[in-house]
Amino acid sequence: MVGGGLVGLAVAYGLARRGRSVLVLDEGDEARPASVGNFGLVWTQSKGLGLPAYSAWTARSARLWTDFAATLAAETGIDVRYRQVGGLHLCLNEAEVEARTRFVAQMQSQMVTAGVRVEMLDRAQTRDLAPAISNAVVGASWSPLDGDANPLFLMRSLIEAGQTQGMRRRTRQRVAAIRPGDAGYELELHDGTRLSAARVVLAAGLGNAVLAASLGKSFPVRPERGQILVTRRMPRFLGLPTSLVRQTDEGSVLLGDSKEDVGFDYGTTPEIGARIAARSIASFPVLRTATVVRSWGALRVMSPDGFPIYQTWPDLPGLWALACHSGVTLAAAHAGPLADAIDGGAAPAEISQFTTGRFDVPSARAV
Amino acid sequence: MFRRRAQSDPGLPPVSIRFEGRTIAATGGETLAAALLAAGEEVFRASPVSGAPRGPFCLMGACFECLVEIDGMPGQQACMTIVRDGMDIRRDRIVEGEE
Amino acid sequence: MTAGQDEPIFDLAIVGAGPAGMAAAALAGEIGLSTVVLDEQPSPGGQIYRNVEHAGGVPLPGASREKGAALAAAFRATALDYRPGTGVWHIETHPGEPCRLWLLRDARVGQVRARRVLLATGATERPVPVPGWTLPGVLTVGALQILLKSAGMVPAGPVVLVGNGPLLYLTAVQLAAADTRVAAVLETGAKADLRAALRHLPGFVASGTWRAGLALLREFRALGLPVVRDVSEVTIEGGDRASGVRYRTADGQSGTVPAEVVALHEGVIPASSLARAIGCDLVWDAGQATFRPEIDTWGQSSVAAVQIVGDSAGIAGAEAAPLAGRIAVLEAARAVGRLTEAERDRRAAPFGRALSSLLRGRPFIDRLYPPRLARSPLADPVVVCRCEEVTAGAVRAALASGASGPNQIKAFLRCGMGPCQGRFCAPTVTRLIAEARGVPEAEVGSFRLRPPVKPIPLAAFAAAMEEDAP
Repeated sequence: MVGGGLVGLAVAYGLARRGRSVLVLDEGDEARPASVGNFGLVWTQSKGLGLPAYSAWTARSARLWTDFAATLAAETGIDVRYRQVGGLHLCLNEAEVEARTRFVAQMQSQMVTAGVRVEMLDRAQTRDLAPAISNAVVGASWSPLDGDANPLFLMRSLIEAGQTQGMRRRTRQRVAAIRPGDAGYELELHDGTRLSAARVVLAAGLGNAVLAASLGKSFPVRPERGQILVTRRMPRFLGLPTSLVRQTDEGSVLLGDSKEDVGFDYGTTPEIGARIAARSIASFPVLRTATVVRSWGALRVMSPDGFPIYQTWPDLPGLWALACHSGVTLAAAHAGPLADAIDGGAAPAEISQFTTGRFDVPSARAV
Repeated sequence: MFRRRAQSDPGLPPVSIRFEGRTIAATGGETLAAALLAAGEEVFRASPVSGAPRGPFCLMGACFECLVEIDGMPGQQACMTIVRDGMDIRRDRIVEGEE
Repeated sequence: MTAGQDEPIFDLAIVGAGPAGMAAAALAGEIGLSTVVLDEQPSPGGQIYRNVEHAGGVPLPGASREKGAALAAAFRATALDYRPGTGVWHIETHPGEPCRLWLLRDARVGQVRARRVLLATGATERPVPVPGWTLPGVLTVGALQILLKSAGMVPAGPVVLVGNGPLLYLTAVQLAAADTRVAAVLETGAKADLRAALRHLPGFVASGTWRAGLALLREFRALGLPVVRDVSEVTIEGGDRASGVRYRTADGQSGTVPAEVVALHEGVIPASSLARAIGCDLVWDAGQATFRPEIDTWGQSSVAAVQIVGDSAGIAGAEAAPLAGRIAVLEAARAVGRLTEAERDRRAAPFGRALSSLLRGRPFIDRLYPPRLARSPLADPVVVCRCEEVTAGAVRAALASGASGPNQIKAFLRCGMGPCQGRFCAPTVTRLIAEARGVPEAEVGSFRLRPPVKPIPLAAFAAAMEEDAP
């Protein structure tokens, strides 16, 4: 497993549970994995416009999450703080309500197919779920399948659970080159170490483009900058996540354009943070007393249409290359059905569509 | 815990502040941390993790141990705040899990 | 935040108005650089010369009230844009463009732009994690200094001073003069320290600071305070507040001293948060047992537009700081085309000679007063991260379960994620990782810092869209 972020760890853990001997090569502390800059949503309500398979895949993972979290807790004692408490996308004026209503209607059939219930709520209904909203909140879309988890605890528990299952992990390791070998692949690390593996999974985030290119393959991922602000701990005011504001179990609040949702375009200028701050306060007046202790511009791993890539190539047997920007939402599916497929089992129906082949025809548009 | 060595400069105006409802006489121009320490207050906040009492440590704006709530705004550094007449100060207390 | 775009672009922004910043600013003004000085404190002086325009003496070796007052007077007499009470919480640096500095003043966010940035952010106390160090009544010696200088305040009850170095002796002398009972001075150190230092004695003598140093030491010894030397273990006792200190010496003596105030000090380390958040490269300084920004003789950091001077670039003291500040300003003037390289070199030469002479004295002090408690084995229950109450044991457990370095320790434990943003745990976390992995601290590195380097009100951030810069 090349890459020790949430995608790589979830799949590696899944393979280790299936009895495979797995080695994770992790850049570790020097890496800036998107995993650490994650907003922490387990989110379904707006995923997949233009690619129904993505709606289904996301919903499948969300439904697996309860068991997934319970298994991790049993294996490691770490509670990753998963809550399937529903999620809100707040609308601050009638125009936003209209746009959201239209969007939800547009998604309706594929959401029904995926088993995701999405409803538009009025202000009173929204306030029942989130009493701290301001009067500026006109309504919201809501899905009971949505929720959140602590991405940092998830990362730690995947490491510990994987190791419990025999997964090995080498940190501070970067892969310099990969070559097909006699029995699988030869990997050369930056410190000169050589390894061989029967199968290789590339889950190095943006690094996958370079690794794939060294094998003569195209793997179109690009960085997309998002911004997240984190506040000092606050008294609890919000019991369920919204696509903009999420209060963690220890009381700090994450604010940001989570990209787990089709929402507002905050642009890419340094002023993004100010817009996020202004909108957050407009939604929850209690945030007037909040203090920002950290912010980060997370680099998300985006494919041309924003959907995942799970790629194999006929001439490179046993090699997979993975990329997605929803490492938390999809963690349960990655550790479960995707790991099954990589292990040689039947590939889930959904993921057959997550190949680079879809970029050959000009169709899907990023959402 | 602390005392003033001498009478304060007569050129500096006396100001009155309140800490947890108690009125405290302070000197214009001094920091809130100094005013509270001079008034015998040494617990400025509760640790947000265990609720343990905490007080000023570095007094130069680096450690954030002297956080208080000033006029309803929590998380203010007492050591970096100059006293103002009428300031209403409370201990900063946000403890994990509390509503 | 559209505010600022119409404002002038300064030639130079100086962050910090301590000895380095004040001297740099005065020279920048003289040369004719348009300069803005941003400082958190209400008046110039920094921590060493805090409130120097109004109060108390600073008879530390290399620092005196007269020197501080002269620097402040020259600073005040210079035409520049001085903004006291202003924190800098982020600096954007893009090659070929002016830097954008993000400010916080009176709970309002603003910005200024400048072609060059000079960081003169000084030093902070080296964290000395010992059992009980989070109790109310435990402060740094620097904190006692600040109360003394800016508020004329001293502890009312008995004080125990723990640590080593000139500031500890100075504080003892000042407290005794103010009739505060110093119940004990627990000097951390080892007999080997003096031997290690002696090798550097010639440089110290040549530096000229020995006279003031010796005088201070004599004054301290003459007080006849209860001094315990070679202290190697310290536990601060107390329930809701500190009540005393239990200690052990290297040769096995032990005791307990009741105290109302306990003050810790094992020297200072560079205040480098801003430099780190900008992305300036750091190096491990073995002599001072700390990371510091990597700079050249002009204070030039690894980030093109940013220079770092004074203690924030490596501890050299209050007499060296103004020299480093002036040297850096000459280079900044060259960089913006105000001085030729020859003029820069000519004007910098005397400062450079004086600075290297002073710097020759530093290794003696560093070896004589090395951090001891701050580098001694940590028991598992000791709190490492004060903000999030993360213990040494928790850090070790996270390392055992696979955390790869400081940033994963932070991610796994919230260690360093509180409002102090790692200022008081970063050195300890690095040390614990180095111990666990059996590698040098230089190899472990430190927390990656992200803006804001100081917490800022969310409301100020939001309002920055509409309001003018401070």
